[in-house]
Parts: sequence; C-alpha cells; structure tokens
Amino acid sequence: MAEYSAFSLLKNALAGNKDWKPAWRKPDPKASYDVIVIGGGGHGLSTAYYLAKEHGITNVAVLEKGWLGSGNVGRNTTAVRSNYLLPQNTRFYEHSMKLWENLSHDLNYNVMFSQRGCLNLAHTPAQLDDYARRGNAMRHLGVDAELMSVDQIKRLVPALDVSGSARFPVLGGLMQPRAGTARHDAVAWGYARGADRRGVDIIENCEVTGFLRDGGRITGVSTTRGEIRAKKVALAVAGSTGHVMQLAGISHMPIESHVLQAFVSESLKPIVDTVLTFGMGHFYISQSDKGGLVYGGDLDGYNSYAQRGSLPIVDEVMSEMLALFPGLARVRMLRSWGGLCDMTMDGSPIVTTGPLPGMYLNCGWCYGGFKATPASGWCFAYTIAKDEPHEFNAPFTLDRFYRGLIIDDKGQGANPRLH
Amino acid sequence: MLITCPYCGPRDVIEFTYQGDGNRERPQPASQDLDAWNAYVYDRLNPAGDHNEIWQHSGGCRAHLRVVRNTITHEILSTAFARGGHKSADNKAESRS
Repeated sequence: MAEYSAFSLLKNALAGNKDWKPAWRKPDPKASYDVIVIGGGGHGLSTAYYLAKEHGITNVAVLEKGWLGSGNVGRNTTAVRSNYLLPQNTRFYEHSMKLWENLSHDLNYNVMFSQRGCLNLAHTPAQLDDYARRGNAMRHLGVDAELMSVDQIKRLVPALDVSGSARFPVLGGLMQPRAGTARHDAVAWGYARGADRRGVDIIENCEVTGFLRDGGRITGVSTTRGEIRAKKVALAVAGSTGHVMQLAGISHMPIESHVLQAFVSESLKPIVDTVLTFGMGHFYISQSDKGGLVYGGDLDGYNSYAQRGSLPIVDEVMSEMLALFPGLARVRMLRSWGGLCDMTMDGSPIVTTGPLPGMYLNCGWCYGGFKATPASGWCFAYTIAKDEPHEFNAPFTLDRFYRGLIIDDKGQGANPRLH
Repeated sequence: MLITCPYCGPRDVIEFTYQGDGNRERPQPASQDLDAWNAYVYDRLNPAGDHNEIWQHSGGCRAHLRVVRNTITHEILSTAFARGGHKSADNKAESRS
C-alpha cells in the first residue's frame, strides 16, 4: 500500500500523528558506494531516484553540502514548460513534461503539478510571426501549442493591460496549455523519499572538498565528513559547477555562474491563473496557490556565487510587471532572493559522461533547471548506468561547442548573460 | 554595486556593460589554431573568489576597464584601463553590492 494515502492519513490522524516515519534517513557515509551523486538538489535527487528505480542501482550516496534542497530547487519560480524551438530541446523537455504529468502518482507524493498553461505575449508583428514559427515547430514534434488573439488573451487574463495605449501593446501570444507550475520543495522531498526508500543514502552537511584519483581516473571524493570511494562519481551541482570542476583540476568550462533573482508578493485574490511571460523585456509571472505572485526577470548579468542580487534588477523587474499590470502598482513585495545559474555558451544544458574517466557531468541548466528536473535525473541515471547517453540527452555533450554542434535556442551566441 | 572608472570616478553598475572573463587571449586574426579559437570563444575561468573581468563604461566615457572583483562578496578590488594599464582608479571608496 502507498505510504501516503487517504487511509494512512486517517489512521495517523486518529493515532495522533505519532507513527509517521521521517521522509528520509540521516545516515553516516559508508566507505564506498557504486555511485556518488554530488549535489542534493532536484537533479541530484531525481538522478538517485531513477538510478534505483529504473536501473536497480541502489548502493548510491547523494552528497549535499547544506541541507536538502537548499539550492536552486527551492529558489526557482516553479514554471514547467516545453515550448522550445530546436528539436533537441523540445524532445528533452517534452520527455520531462510527460514525467511531470505522472510525477505525483509515481512518487506517491503530491508535487502539486498544475497544468495552468504558459502564455508568451507578443508585442510586435515580427514577434508574433516568430511565435507562430515556434508553435509550428512544437506541434511538428507532438507538443501542444496555440496562437492566441488579443481577445482570447483578454478573456484569459482580465487584469492584463491589452489596450492600445499600453507601453508595449499586446498583439497576441503563444500558449502551451499543458505547461504550468509545481510545488518546488515537494519535488525535492518526493524524490528524496523515493530514493531513500529504495536504499539510497542521502548525506546532508557533507561538502565535497576534493576528488580521489587512481592515475587519471576519479575513484571517489574527499568531503567534510571524510573520504568516500565510488566506482562512479556524478556531478549535479548546477550553479557551482565551475567551482567543483576546479577541485577536479579542470579550470576552464563553457560556463559562467550568474545570479538570478526571484520575487514573491503579498497574497492576493486570484488574478493570474496561467504562467505569463512578457515579450518586450524579460519577465515571467504566476500566482501560487497561497495567492502570492511569483515572478522574476533577467540575470544580474555578471559572474556571481553570492545567491543574492542587487537593486537595478529589482527595479527593472517591477517596471516590467507594471507595464503589463498597471493595477498591481500598490501591491507589496514580500520576499526576494537569488539563486545561482550555470549559464552555458549556447543556453542549453550539459548531461554527459566524463570529462574525466569515472566522472559524469550534469550542469549548465541556465534558467531551465526546475522544469528539467525529472528528465534530467532520468537521462543522467541512464547515462551513469549504461556509460552512454540516452537519445534525449545525446546532443547535450560538453564538446559540442568545439565541434560546431551548439544548441542555441535564442540565437544569442557565446554570451552567457543573454541566454 | 559601484565601479570606480579611472576617468569618471565611482559610478553605479547600471552604467556599465559586462564583458566577462578578462583572462581570455584572442588569437592573431590569421591564426588557424582551432583549439586556440575554441578556447577564446567558449572557455571561461569561472572562479568562486577573485575574478579578473572586463567591463565597458558604456553609459559614460565608453572606456573598457579591467576589474578584479570577488564573485562571492561582489567587492571590487581594483579597476584599471583594459589596454595599457597606465591609469588605475583609487579604489578606496569602493563598493557594496
């Protein structure tokens, strides 16, 4: 029987809620494992979960330097979508979308996946043409996409300023109806519990300080809780990839670490029941089930490992919100925070074997890490178990930059802060 | 965050355009060394700590600057012209991010 069910809730309620098991154990690290996953965020935990579930590899440790889910899995703006132009990205993110659609059931943990749609607003005729092209590209690959008129948008989001006198008048939009949001902490907790119940050791407060080697091969890690050996060492430390790779002696990567801020307003009555993006700047907004508006914009735009941003971006994001929703001018911001993004040179991730023998690399998620969580772990687990990539992550190699095989969905070139 | 431009003095970061890792070396234009070009275009030193980087004072004097900045604290340690290095800024009145 499932651990969480209507029956178990009732039974434990009657028993005073004293019999719940912790969702995951707090084991001490063993001397060695088959696989070590560095990074106890969404991607590391989902990798461990799928290693155990899909490949039967359960002698696995997930090492987390802080507490579980303290990084980007708890810092994002929770949007889930697969509305990409290029087929490599579309196939991968659509696989993720399909895993999302069954995730609460698969994990027996309510991740509150809400398919409320994601609407990209167009403000110029050329942009609308571009969205039509992207929508067609999506539909060619079996992904849902609909071009919306201003009247349809007005009915969907009545609070939006769609008048001709808006600072950037809305001319239409591209909707992906199956997109939406999920409860980000629940994703981390659900994967952690699923992995733990299958025998994976989740070791918190365990920071990797170096790599153990036998010749050129990576054979384990040294940590703040001692040395741990493993046949395979997998990195899922997005945001800190540059730093951790330097510990392994690789000083240069096609990655810059940037800080991305996110914001939550005070709770409001329902006002936006989709994920909405602004087309004349960089701004996205949704409303949480508690009523807070969850929104964000651009990176601060310079290398940072600080997990906090500065005021110019706050000002810019608020300006963009008011360009769309003048009626929100007096809503108060409740909280803001920053997360670290691995920005690659083409805006697409890296999920691959190597680059050192015994090492596996999962990084470079740019803005897109949260929605990728299920497919990232699923593909990474496949890559670790089989020592070769699945077809969904085969394009996301590290050497694609040097072989002319970049996957640049926005066509921005090798300028990470613009992706 | 304030950046002290050697010409203009301490100015808000919004006046500047970030151009990233200042350690990269552009190969000679006629070079056919693919590895060197790949490294120049795609590879970045991405340290958690002091970072040598290039900024342009695009909203001011338009000079290109070589800035050493800590990526954990955002503290700016030095600012100088990217080319020549004949004038450094006085960084005493330095920034808080």
